[in-house]
Amino acid sequence: MTQKFDEIPELPKGSFERITLDAKQAERITKPSVSFWQDAWYRIRKNKGALFSLILFGLIVIMSFLGPVISPYEPNAQTITHANLPPKVPGIENLGILNGVGTLGGEKVDLYELKNVEVNYWFGTDGLGRDMFSRVWKGTQVSLFIAFVAAAIDMLIGVIYGGVSGYFGGRVDDFMQRIVEILTGIPNLVVVILFILIMDPGILAIIIALTITGWTGMSRVVRGQVLKYKSQEFVLAARTLGASDSRIIWKHLMPNVLGVIIINTMFTIPSAIFFEAFLSFIGLGLQAPDASLGTLINDGYALIQFAPHILAFPAILLSLIMIAFNLIGDGLRDALDPKMKD
Amino acid sequence: MEKILQVKNLELSFNTQAGEVKAIRGVNFDLNKGETLAIVGESGSGKSVTTKSIMRLLPEQSAEFKNGEILFGGRDLTKLSDKEMQKIRGKEISMIFQDPMTSLNPTMPIGRQLTEPLLKHQKISKTEAKKVAIDLLRLVGMPKPELRMKQYPHQFSGGQRQRIVIAISLACNPKILIADEPTTALDVTIQAQILELMKDLQKKIDTSIIFITHDLGVVANVADRVAVMYGGKIVEIGTVDDVFYNPQHPYTWGLLSSMPSLDTEDAKLYAIPGTPPDLLDPPKGDAFALRSEYALKIDMEQNPPFFKVSETHSAATWLLHPDAPQVEPPLTVIERMKKFPGSRYYEGGAV
Amino acid sequence: MAKYIGKRLIYMVITLALIATFTFFLMKILPGSPVASADKLSPEQRAVVEARYGLDKPLPVQYFDYMFGLVQGDLGISINQFKGADVTDVILSRMGPSAQIGFQGMVLGTVLGILLGMIAALRQNTWVDYTSTFVAIVGISIPSFVFASLLQYWFGLKWDLFPVALWNDGFMSSVLPSVALAMFPLATAARFIRTEMIEVLGSDYITLAKAKGASGSEIAFKHAFRNALIPLITVLGPMAVAILTGSLVVEQIFAIPGIGEQFVKSIMVNDFAIIMGTTIFFSVFLIVIILLVDILYGVIDPRIRLSGGKN
Repeated sequence: MTQKFDEIPELPKGSFERITLDAKQAERITKPSVSFWQDAWYRIRKNKGALFSLILFGLIVIMSFLGPVISPYEPNAQTITHANLPPKVPGIENLGILNGVGTLGGEKVDLYELKNVEVNYWFGTDGLGRDMFSRVWKGTQVSLFIAFVAAAIDMLIGVIYGGVSGYFGGRVDDFMQRIVEILTGIPNLVVVILFILIMDPGILAIIIALTITGWTGMSRVVRGQVLKYKSQEFVLAARTLGASDSRIIWKHLMPNVLGVIIINTMFTIPSAIFFEAFLSFIGLGLQAPDASLGTLINDGYALIQFAPHILAFPAILLSLIMIAFNLIGDGLRDALDPKMKD
Repeated sequence: MEKILQVKNLELSFNTQAGEVKAIRGVNFDLNKGETLAIVGESGSGKSVTTKSIMRLLPEQSAEFKNGEILFGGRDLTKLSDKEMQKIRGKEISMIFQDPMTSLNPTMPIGRQLTEPLLKHQKISKTEAKKVAIDLLRLVGMPKPELRMKQYPHQFSGGQRQRIVIAISLACNPKILIADEPTTALDVTIQAQILELMKDLQKKIDTSIIFITHDLGVVANVADRVAVMYGGKIVEIGTVDDVFYNPQHPYTWGLLSSMPSLDTEDAKLYAIPGTPPDLLDPPKGDAFALRSEYALKIDMEQNPPFFKVSETHSAATWLLHPDAPQVEPPLTVIERMKKFPGSRYYEGGAV
Repeated sequence: MAKYIGKRLIYMVITLALIATFTFFLMKILPGSPVASADKLSPEQRAVVEARYGLDKPLPVQYFDYMFGLVQGDLGISINQFKGADVTDVILSRMGPSAQIGFQGMVLGTVLGILLGMIAALRQNTWVDYTSTFVAIVGISIPSFVFASLLQYWFGLKWDLFPVALWNDGFMSSVLPSVALAMFPLATAARFIRTEMIEVLGSDYITLAKAKGASGSEIAFKHAFRNALIPLITVLGPMAVAILTGSLVVEQIFAIPGIGEQFVKSIMVNDFAIIMGTTIFFSVFLIVIILLVDILYGVIDPRIRLSGGKN
């Protein structure tokens, strides 16, 4: 035979006493029980990119409110003599960056000295001498507001529409889905532009244009999930026990669908931010003097050659917000997707 | 008997974020030419890992051989380069997997999947390979093999797909065929057909088979010898009759008692209490002791060595130590042992 | 499959008819007359102009005229910008540059993205993988107009490697806009292929291929790649949408005489006929692309091809 038979060592007396073990001991649960959300939160925390993005985004939100307040200048106050100043931050200026030096006629000069400006503009000024620092944060505030409201409306309409369609099924579902199919067939871009054209430009117009077809994505996802869960045994069991429609929807379906709703919203927000900036960039966004990140980028682009800082700050902020949201969205998707559970 | 494969004192760990998972903790067995060795055990006992380590199919980044060797044809498989392993895989040793629905490439016609190992390992032309492939399909009982060569996996049923996987594994007449729960995912009637096919083919091509399963009914049907695995170790090994009718390890007793049987009067099915050991931090002594009602004090302190029961049979339990107290196995096991000449409950008759 | 395509075609026609109708009436309720500087004209002059463009007919007649023209590929007549030019001709004359940068961007982005995603998946959890993931996230996040501005600033203005905003240098002029447009497809493809490859590499049939003795490269290319690539077709649609959206701003930034640039200009000067025409043209383009993508998917994936559609 193949097994090695080692010399059996001398064993102390009493080694072979029988012992009784509590069988329950063997079945004790070693891992603490965690709820779905606790588990999701734990996994979000482990995802460094998402966690970092969450903190970064928090800071940006705080700054978007705090920025215009701590800056000594009003976002829309024009000081024509202070136009197109590069950024200057006291303390950092000695490092050779943000020192107020800009190009004039191909030469590097301290524009603050040249124009006899005593004060500092941390992010510089734009072509009308407005403080970029307060403008950028104010613009961030506006962009985020538009994105959040648009995402919230998308979510509301999408969840109700998708929920009703999926839950009642049958002919209702058929009819509602035909409408969605046609709506999703129309390119988003076309709808948004057309709606902006017929409305007075402004925050409201942008929000309406973004939500007019934006909700279809959410409604599809919710409908899919509701269809999947409503035929599962736990819902059938609740129904057999006499639960009402509203109880089934709120107590049994919602908690399961909530994950995808959150994930989907997390991806709607950056796309709304993008579309707002996009519309502003092609001139269909907010009208002066209101500013959003998109209009600021548009303004900055016009002066890219002479005063690149006017483009740089809003562009960096917009990119940071977009990256942060995509990372948070990815993190949430991984955290809330039970398939990925290890 | 010619030993075709020898696994000696194999230890293998997975390096995971949580720590080192000691998946195989000293496994020894031989595989004889032409025999079928069944490895049984519950999920996580290390049976699949053992066979995948023979094929070296475990992820190289995380799986690490800690000790021991796998001798095949005079070479230690644990030491071979990936290039050298590629020449062994599919040619000398081949494998069948559990789920035929997912083990074939969905976007490749099955003909190409069949000829792939032939073209890879044997110096033959494409036309010849095609002919061999058609013969193989016929061999595994596939009707109209010429027509089916061009078809894709989704056009076949589960049983048919497993036949195709078997055909692929046999393409190069391997010396060893490893079947990792090949019938678990199939309907019972199809299961029987596949088992028949495998027994039939083994006779025809004289290959050795390692058959992994948790289904003791299947073991009795196909195997010559049985190794029972628990907690990353083999705890009992012997011929089918040895293990089924004269089991010695309390874990084997538990397995046999939890097997439903038509002639047991006691309608209540036995379940082994507790859960398998955590291999991140395996227990010091006998891994099964925590779940066993036959635990001895020594079980908590020292790992039991193998005790020889007969020429063909050995088990790793302190109960076989001369100083150990006589214990009564569960009733269903005693019933079995009554039929086995040489067991202490033998009452005459034959198995 | 034929039934499926037929159904899709019917939907397509309905959607397009709706878009055309919607656009038509939207343009009609827009404030102001379609005739520029209408105020300066005397009533007689104005009547002449309106008659020339058929604006004096009753609305339903105008609508049916327009729809009838559409079926024949006639998108109407430009009133403000090109004084009586055929909108179809205007769009066609501007298709070349748009098609060139769009196509170049798409091909460049997809090819690089596939490579990046493949490498990332094969070197999972190494610095190569992390770099590629980072590039992909940045590519998805940064809007094409920001990226285009950056390219223009550094490669055009600072380093003077490419023309800044001139469409007269042939291929060289198209490099920066194409790269700007390529970012989104690149990032999308890289993310998608990485996920798919990792999933495919972990599948049973890859283990079986390994068990057959296939080498690492045979597994990656013969078995995994095709299976990971097929689903990429499903994101070609969104990619095309992104390229088209991006082209509106990228063409503006690089002063490319394309459809996108024309469209933005028309919006600025309220040339309704061009706005309508371009809207419908864009819709047709995107809807046809998405239909083609779906059909292509059916043709390439044997599971769908032979069972005649999954749904």
